[in-house]
Parts: sequence; C-alpha cells; structure tokens
Amino acid sequence: MAAILEIHDVNKSFGGLRALWEVNLTVEEGAVHAIIGPNGAGKSTLLNCLVGRLKPDTGTVLFAGQPVLGREPYEINQMGIARVFQTPEIFEDLTLLDNVVIPAMAKHDGAFRFSPWQRVSARKELIEEAEHILEDVGLIEQRNVVCSSLSRGDKRRLELAMCLIQHPKLLLLDEPTAGMSRADTNNTIELLKKIGERGITKVIIEHDMHVVFSLAHRISVLARGTFIAEGTPEEIKGDPKVQEAYLGGAHA
Amino acid sequence: MFGKSSRQDWIFFLVFSAFVLTMPVTLAPLGAGYPDLLQKFAIYGLFAIGFNILFGLTGYLSFGHAAFLGVGSYAAVWMFKLLSMNVLPAVVVAVVVAGIFAAAIGYVSLRRSGIYFSILTLAFAQMSYNLAYSVLTPITNGETGLQVRQLATGPVKNLLDQDIRVLDQAFGVVEHGVPTTSLFGIEMSGWPGFYFCAAMLIAGFFIAMRISRSNFGMMLRAIKSNQNRLKYTGVNTRPYLLSAFIISGMYAGLAGALLAVTDPLAGAERMQWTASGEVVLMTILGGAGTLLGPVLGAGVIKYFENIFSAINENVLHQLFAFLPDPVENAVVAVAGMFVGEGWHLTLGLLFMLIVIFLPGGLMEGFNRILGLFRRGRSEEDGAASGADKEA
Ligand SMILES: Nc1ncnc2c1ncn2[C@@H]1O[C@H](COP(=O)(O)OP(=O)(O)OP(=O)(O)O)[C@@H](O)[C@H]1O
Ligand SMILES: [Mg+2]
Repeated sequence: MAAILEIHDVNKSFGGLRALWEVNLTVEEGAVHAIIGPNGAGKSTLLNCLVGRLKPDTGTVLFAGQPVLGREPYEINQMGIARVFQTPEIFEDLTLLDNVVIPAMAKHDGAFRFSPWQRVSARKELIEEAEHILEDVGLIEQRNVVCSSLSRGDKRRLELAMCLIQHPKLLLLDEPTAGMSRADTNNTIELLKKIGERGITKVIIEHDMHVVFSLAHRISVLARGTFIAEGTPEEIKGDPKVQEAYLGGAHA
Repeated sequence: MFGKSSRQDWIFFLVFSAFVLTMPVTLAPLGAGYPDLLQKFAIYGLFAIGFNILFGLTGYLSFGHAAFLGVGSYAAVWMFKLLSMNVLPAVVVAVVVAGIFAAAIGYVSLRRSGIYFSILTLAFAQMSYNLAYSVLTPITNGETGLQVRQLATGPVKNLLDQDIRVLDQAFGVVEHGVPTTSLFGIEMSGWPGFYFCAAMLIAGFFIAMRISRSNFGMMLRAIKSNQNRLKYTGVNTRPYLLSAFIISGMYAGLAGALLAVTDPLAGAERMQWTASGEVVLMTILGGAGTLLGPVLGAGVIKYFENIFSAINENVLHQLFAFLPDPVENAVVAVAGMFVGEGWHLTLGLLFMLIVIFLPGGLMEGFNRILGLFRRGRSEEDGAASGADKEA
C-alpha cells in the first residue's frame, strides 16, 4: 500500500511551549491509524496543522503527494481531507438535513459557485444522499430538527455524517466517541468499520482503548509533542515505554 | 427549510404583492393612505430587504449602507441631467454604480469580521459623506445638493446648472420649465410614482425570496451559523460574502434611485451614519433573517416618523377632550412627550421592548401568535417546523 499522508519533521511551539517536536508520521492508504497519548500531548495540535488551522513553524506535510502546508482550510478540504473536531463544529441553528446538505454541496459545487436562482429543494440527489447518511448514523428521524437541541453525542454523529457525505480520501477524527454512551460508542465503532470498507483512510485520536483496539490497524503514541512508539495494536499493548507514558500513567 | 414548496412560495408572494398594491386602500384607515408616505414604505422596504440579504443571512452587520443609498441617488439624478427624465436609465445606472461601489468597499471591509467589519463600513460611509461635501462638490454640488435644471440653451459651461438630456433631445421631447421624472410620459409623482416604487418592491421581494431559498442563500446562512465549520467543509466563504455585500449594495442603490425618482434631488445627508443606523433598526425591528420582517420594520419606522411626528398638542387635546380638564391637561402633557418631536422616544421605547421581549423582531411576535392558533386547532400535525421562521 502507498502512503497517503506523510508528515516530516513538523515543529510547533506556542511561546515557550513545544507542542510538537520533530514529528514524523506516515499513514498508509486505506488504513485506520490511531494516535494515542496523554492529555496535552499535542494530538489536536497535529490535526490543526494538517487542516490549516495552525501553521507549523517548520516541516512538510504531503497528502497524496501534494504539499498541504500554506493552503487555506477550504483548499485542504477540497483536496479530500475532512475532519471531525474534538468539540463538535456544526451549523447549530440549521436543521440536521441542512447540516449534511451543505457539505454535499461544497463537494459537488466546489469552493464557490454563485447560484442564487437554484432552489435547494430542487437538488433532489443531494437531499437523498443526505438522508441516506443521516440514516446511517441513526439521526434520520430528527432531520428537520434544529441542531442546537441535540445531545453532544448526537452532534458528534452528525459531524461524522457531514464528513462522510463528502467521501473524503482521508478522514481525521478527534475523539469521535467522547461524550457518547457505551451503546452509542459501539454503534459508532460499527459505523466506522462499515465506512472502512469503502476505503476511506482514517486517522483517529482516541482515549477510549476499547475503540482504539477495535478499529486501528496501526497505533502511534504521542507524548509531550513527539512520537515515542509506533506499531500494530499487539506491539503497542506490550511496549513498556507506552505503558509508562500512557497506559500505565493516566489509566492505572 | 425544505418545508416551503415552491407553490407555498408563490402563494406567499402573491399575497404580498396584493397587499402592497392595495396599500392605498388598506392603510387609509391608519392615516397612511397617501402617496408620499407609501412611496417611502416601498423605497425603504427595498433598502431593508437588501440590507437583510447581508445582515440577516450572513450575520455581517454593515454600518455604512446609506453610502450606497446616496450613491444611487446621485447616479440617478445625473442620469436625469445627462440622459433623460425617463426613470428607467436612471434606475439601471444607479443599481450598477452602487454595485461597483459596493464591490470596492466590500472587498476591503470583508477582510475583517464582527465589530471590525462594522467599523470599516461605517468609516467608508462617513468618508463618502465628507467627500460629498468637500472634494467631490463638482459631482455632488455640495450642500445645495444635486438638482435637475432646465435644458442648456447655447454652449454648456457648467453641468451642475445646465442639463443636456441627450436622449430626450434625440427623441424630441419638449420641456416646459424644470422637467419632472416620467416613465414613457407617465409622471412619476403622486400615485403613479407610488405604483412604480411598489412594482420595484415586489420585484425586489421576489428576488430576495429566491435568493433565500437558493443554494447561495443556504451558504450565506451557513456563514452566519458557523463560518469556521464552513471553511473546513471546503467552502471559500469570501466570494459568497462579497456577492451578498454587492447584492445588498445594489438594493440600496435602487432605493436611492427611487428616492430621486419621486423627488429628483440628491444630497449628502442621505449618506449620513444616522441613515445607515436606520436601516439596521428597520431590519432588527421587523425581524432579521426573515423575508417579510425588513419590509415591515421599514413600514413601522416610516409610519412613526411621518404620523407620530405630525401629531401636536392640539390634536392630543382633541383626542382627550372627553376627559375633565385637569386630567386632560396632564394626559396631554405626558402623551406630548411621545409625539411630534418626541416620536424618536416612542420609537426608541418600541425598539427596546422588541429587542428585549421579541429578539426575532415583529415577525417572531406574529409567528408566536400563529403558533398559538395552530396548536389550538390541531395537536397532531403540530410538528412546528423551523421553516416557519422563514416566512
Ligand atoms: N492555540 C494554542 N495556543 C497556546 N497553546 C496551545 C494552543 N493549542 C494547544 N496548546 C497547548 O499545546 C499543548 C498540546 O495541546 P493539544 O490540544 O494538541 O493536546 P491533545 O493531545 O489534543 O490533548 P487532549 O487529549 O486533552 O485533547 C497543550 O499544552 C496545550 O495547552
Ligand atoms: Mg485534543
């Protein structure tokens, strides 16, 4: 398998704090790659660098062979990278259906298309697709509800649907099951497994080891801004460094 | 928002049009059935509809939209002076010029959002206002204002005082004294003037309705809701915002042109910040983000301005004559603070009450009342859809 994402020597400091330090990571196409690590390790910062929210001080990032750094967030998304944020980012005062139709439009129409005369309701194929995705994540009954009333777990699933409808090549998930009940977490695992079959590469940040070990093909461990280990789930489970930095420390 | 079928939209639009066209009759009992005031309803209604496309849909609060109103008026009067007293070229050119002006101001102002955007637009409008009084007097005629004059006889030395109206001349239109605006011979003052403005309002309303239901409108709403998310969703928000800004500037230009159509005179006071503030009040009072709200807000404010300010002590004494004298005097003294010069006080209080109790404006009030009726009638299909908000 070819590498879809290559991160080379990325550094990022906030004032005196070194949030990322000589970070290198390669993600294989089609893989589910988990990044684990204690709170404040720099996991979200790394994703922020990938989607254009933050600009790293040094380093390069290649996505499907194309440089990513220095591009606008919308350009990066149009390249095929979608992201679920750690705190749900959705269109709070629009309906669920609108929330999913908008990313579908962005995918079909590109970054800008001036269509003040075309009714949204005339775009039957987009609406149908949006309804399918809402069904997949189990939110179809609430399609005409305004999102601000959703629970945190539902918002997360909605955000996942917003990413899935774009058929991204790479999906970045920042703690997709945080705030979900056990049952919802299991549903999400099933859902993520299902979309795994569609060949979407996933980078998933997660504290919940149950989720990590049921999904990941590879795991990288980030601690204090740098990767200290990488391997298959079995290798990581047995790695004493990881035990010390993370599994043993935070979750003892 | 998919709740509204295109058929429902048509019905809504037809009811709106019918109401606008029958305003001379329906609003007569309120004392508003005369052309001058109804023209203002239509003109400021358009101004507010356009403003709402920017503010109501994207959430970007411009504090300088009066600049486009002023530019529209100047452009229209210039067309009356140079081309023809026919209103069509004036209206078209005013809309185009205001659009270009909006493109320039919008391009710069939209580099910022929130309060900084508002301040940038305010600064541009104040700059235009001051320029109109100073450097640009050869175009604006400064404090006197730009006016339609008699046709030049002999060589033209000063276009401010001598008009040429090349189109009218070419078509051999005969003028007696200072000419009046017209639409192919129909004089654009009084009732015909109102019906022309009403037709523009109806057209403007239709376009705004289509925009609101469109892909473009949906993106604008998404910008208001969560611009960040939209960027990570692959949308370049800047051109969307700029388009909305230009469209709303063109509406303001149209309103400015219509002011010149009904009274062919343009002055810089139209660009003053109070005028920019007024359209913000209209939109919020009626209900930002709704289709009908801005028109309603414009109507209410113009009504207060014209009717309440015209009420004086004598009228109040007549009104309360049935009360015993001392009581009458006291009541008139109190009520007197709210009318005449004091109409601003009434408006201010009304505005405060609305913002505190009905943040969604008058439209929220109507929808709540409608909701009560509906719930009363049928509990089962009471899935009160969010689409109601859009009416
Ligand atoms: N914008 C910022 N400005 C300053 N410091 C920041 C910023 N973003 C993150 N940091 C700091 O960088 C470090 C890494 O933060 P980051 O959010 O990447 O951690 P994380 O691994 O995602 O943690 P968690 O598991 O709690 O989400 C933390 O010490 C954090 O306080
Ligand atoms: Mg994080």
